[in-house]
Amino acid sequence: MMKRRDVFLAALVLLSVWQIVAMLVNLPILPDPYKVFSVFVRELQNGLPNHFVFSLWRVSAGMTLSVLAAVPVGLAIGGSKAWNRIFSPLIYLLYPIPKVVFVPVVILFLGIGDMAKIAIMFLILFFQIAVLVRDQAAGLPPQLIQSLHSLGAGRRALFRFVYLPASLPAILTALRQSIGTAVAVLYITELSATKYGLGYYIYYNGSTLLDYPAMYAGVVAMSLLGLGLYFSVDWLEQKWCKWKFVT
Amino acid sequence: MIELKSVTFGYPHASPLFEDFSLTISRGEMWAVLGPSGCGKTTLLYLLAGLRQPGSGQLSIAGEILTRPRPRSGLILQDYGLLPWSTVQANVELGLRVRDFYGEDGKHTPVDFQPGNNVAYWLERLGIAEVADKFPSQISGGQRQRAAIARTLALEPDLLLMDEPFSSLDAITRGDLQNLTLNLCREQKLTLVMVTHAIEEAVGLGKKVLLLGRAPNQAARIFENPDVGQSGFRGSPASHELCDLLWREMHDETA
Repeated sequence: MMKRRDVFLAALVLLSVWQIVAMLVNLPILPDPYKVFSVFVRELQNGLPNHFVFSLWRVSAGMTLSVLAAVPVGLAIGGSKAWNRIFSPLIYLLYPIPKVVFVPVVILFLGIGDMAKIAIMFLILFFQIAVLVRDQAAGLPPQLIQSLHSLGAGRRALFRFVYLPASLPAILTALRQSIGTAVAVLYITELSATKYGLGYYIYYNGSTLLDYPAMYAGVVAMSLLGLGLYFSVDWLEQKWCKWKFVT
Repeated sequence: MIELKSVTFGYPHASPLFEDFSLTISRGEMWAVLGPSGCGKTTLLYLLAGLRQPGSGQLSIAGEILTRPRPRSGLILQDYGLLPWSTVQANVELGLRVRDFYGEDGKHTPVDFQPGNNVAYWLERLGIAEVADKFPSQISGGQRQRAAIARTLALEPDLLLMDEPFSSLDAITRGDLQNLTLNLCREQKLTLVMVTHAIEEAVGLGKKVLLLGRAPNQAARIFENPDVGQSGFRGSPASHELCDLLWREMHDETA
């Protein structure tokens, strides 16, 4: 859990480094933070929020779908030795394949709309979340399970009262770890076949218009998107996993 | 109350822990199960809890053959019994919530179970009401074990199964909780089977002490301890004598 004050200080340090490097390099391709900030403010009235919302929708949809699909799968595999034996080798084989190479295949199948972009994020995040949740569920102390069994809990109650709450921190950790990947994949998927989204905005300003300050404004917006998602996961963790923060 | 008839049990790829083992425990009796590590104490408790099934023979409780955990049996373990993500109050309520989850099906919940919230009573009775809003990591080992006992008693069991419940506690807390267990068992007319590796604990709590030895256990070796619970029994010559006897028997067994 990151303290906001620390994040603010780190941002100050990064901005200072950026300013110094920009002064040293002194080229249009690296404008200083003040220039980027003023363009960022200008672009806020010029369509940037629209691109932000498109990206936010795609990344949120991809992450939500991944959680909804991967959590039950991870819990089911982690909570059952038989299922673990059957499905873990499958995951073992599929997990290390870099899913981003399937971008052309997914576009071929799902077309060039949002569906393909969300599906690619889903493919990548699904395995990360499922594996973490599976490991968490499989690693629960057997005594805890026995003790719940003895209170009359069958399989359904065990999932409701033990496996799901025990896996919540793992789900949130998986989400936190996935945010970086999700935003990177978002950028790649938005490079083509769309006119909306921060990925398109950055690429279009940087490569076509050569408007570097606007390009950096897009990079800042994408960073804010990632940071916002990070803070959202932190907030959820504080709300749902209070026991982790008590002393 | 509990009847084991010619029970044989062993884990896969290991020699049996029990072979043709028979034992009868009457209603309201307090038993301690004693023995060296690996003799099958905890396994016996898991058999009684319905968490393991005998390979052959028959195990029945209150006239019914046991094939799964029985709603009227309460199991208390040394550790890990409480959910770390739930407060003490939520942990004590857990068994009732599980029953509520299934409804009165006779399988997970006794058919004659009267749903009523006695959680506040047990929190108070066990002296943990003031830590009801705390998480298990915030309270002492003794309080955690009290919460585990409260959670079990809230389900109104008739049989209490305890697996080395006090072994990680300091001597004073252990003594307090032993006395509390004795009083609660008498007050609630509970049958108690408690596994321990500590001879003094077995003698301090068990009206009968079952001594297990090197596997496979065949004949039940039972030591009567009729004066347990009477004032002044702890530390009396009679208790010392039984402790000595059990120590010699265990020593011979492991020598």
